[in-house]
Amino acid sequence: MTLDLSLLPDGGMSWITASGPHADIVLSSRVRLARNVAGVSFSPRASDGDRLRVLQQVREAAAHSALLAGAVLVRVDELTANERRLLHERHLVSRELAELDAAVARSGSAVLVGDEAALMVNEEDHLRLQVFRSGFDISGAWERASRLERDLEAHLPLAYHPEFGFLTSCPTNVGTGLRASVLVHLPGLVLTQEIGKVLTGLQQMGLTYRGLYGEGSEVVGNFFQISNQTTLGRAEDELCDHLARVVAHVISRESEARRVLSRDAGYIIEDKLWRAYGTLRYARSLGAEEALNLLSGVRLAVGMFLLGGLSVYTLNKLLVFSQTAHLSLVEGRPLTEVEANLARARYVRSALAAEAGGA
Amino acid sequence: MLCDQCKERDAVVHLTQIVNAEVTQLHLCEKCAAAKGIETTVSMPKHPLGDFLHAVQQQTSPSYGDQSRCAYCGTSLRDFRASGRLGCAQCYTAFEGALRELLRRVHGAARHRGREVETPVVAVVAGSELDALRVALQQAVVAEEFELAAKLRDQIRALE
Repeated sequence: MTLDLSLLPDGGMSWITASGPHADIVLSSRVRLARNVAGVSFSPRASDGDRLRVLQQVREAAAHSALLAGAVLVRVDELTANERRLLHERHLVSRELAELDAAVARSGSAVLVGDEAALMVNEEDHLRLQVFRSGFDISGAWERASRLERDLEAHLPLAYHPEFGFLTSCPTNVGTGLRASVLVHLPGLVLTQEIGKVLTGLQQMGLTYRGLYGEGSEVVGNFFQISNQTTLGRAEDELCDHLARVVAHVISRESEARRVLSRDAGYIIEDKLWRAYGTLRYARSLGAEEALNLLSGVRLAVGMFLLGGLSVYTLNKLLVFSQTAHLSLVEGRPLTEVEANLARARYVRSALAAEAGGA
Repeated sequence: MLCDQCKERDAVVHLTQIVNAEVTQLHLCEKCAAAKGIETTVSMPKHPLGDFLHAVQQQTSPSYGDQSRCAYCGTSLRDFRASGRLGCAQCYTAFEGALRELLRRVHGAARHRGREVETPVVAVVAGSELDALRVALQQAVVAEEFELAAKLRDQIRALE
């Protein structure tokens, strides 16, 4: 099977449009629910036959949900390593499902990609249902995820325990199985050194943070994924409301930090951000991490109205499409690191040239 | 505060840098800051799953022997301590005591307060011997008829 990304509705990334609230600071909001089918061992322990049966059951149940009308099924277990990486770069599959370091993925692993929602099948849980929204919209994501779950549940017996709630492979997800998260860009708080306090505060409020690609990923380019830490003992809407309240506060702190920066360090910041733009616009070789850091600077410049003529949509697109698997797809072959750095610089130059106008 | 670089002018830009796991803070004046890049980064929290595994491994209460196994999928408490993953829904019943303690430590609660559903009844698909055996096994486990459960498990393995 070869992966045809053009078949995926919105390429599986409707969040990229930057149409949601606070889109310059909050890239996307996501709600994911972990579920398992009753009577079958969890995916890592299940037989090949069981996993395929689960996939079949999920497909049949998904046909009943309007939120998945027109969804495209991608059999992750039939993809090459680069194709799996591509889906991971689009946040459509987790590191676990993509099995980035393995020659082949677990049999029966798949992702069903719809307009507004996606289902990962046979990750560590049989079912990981996720809804992405552009910008800061946790309640919108939760409302859709909840609707999707009810649609599926009517046709799929789920593993549930009256005391422990929805049962999951890892007990860190048990109960609601809900992980609500926002991907935020906080350069102002990092530059003003407020970030340490904010992150400590998050942890004290029962939230946690990770890098751009979730669990186990590094914080690069001032992108943070903030999510609830626990899933048991509180109701779903409480978990979502709590995260939303805290993130709203983080957004206002970030905005305040940006005001302080432009007041106290005006032209220094302006100069730095224009230098970042200049490097992206003209460099001939760009490392992956370097590009993320420079894109962070340009994103801040756009957010602070220092640089016009560049949309947040383009910046979101650059974040995803400047990554190695995407560059390999464009070049039509696997790339060495040096080749990827050259291809990245070429891609970023052409994208920025196409939208030039700020200078 | 004076600039770390030139030690002459007042520092106006404050950077936290991490190079090879070393955290350094730089306080720079306008001129020196302009000569530096804008790369900034911050430290990661400890791997959350790592914390969780630590909690699992620390839980050494002797009443929950490592040898006990889930009759449905065969996962032992030892397997769980090593991987942090349970094998099937039935494991939650098999290791209920140990889990309740762990959940309290990890989540600060051991009782679900979210959406409730009727405990689903597993439907037997007509003609599928394997499914019928699985249902019988689940029932045997619930009824704590472990000898019967072991027999059923062997029959299921033979068919798989």
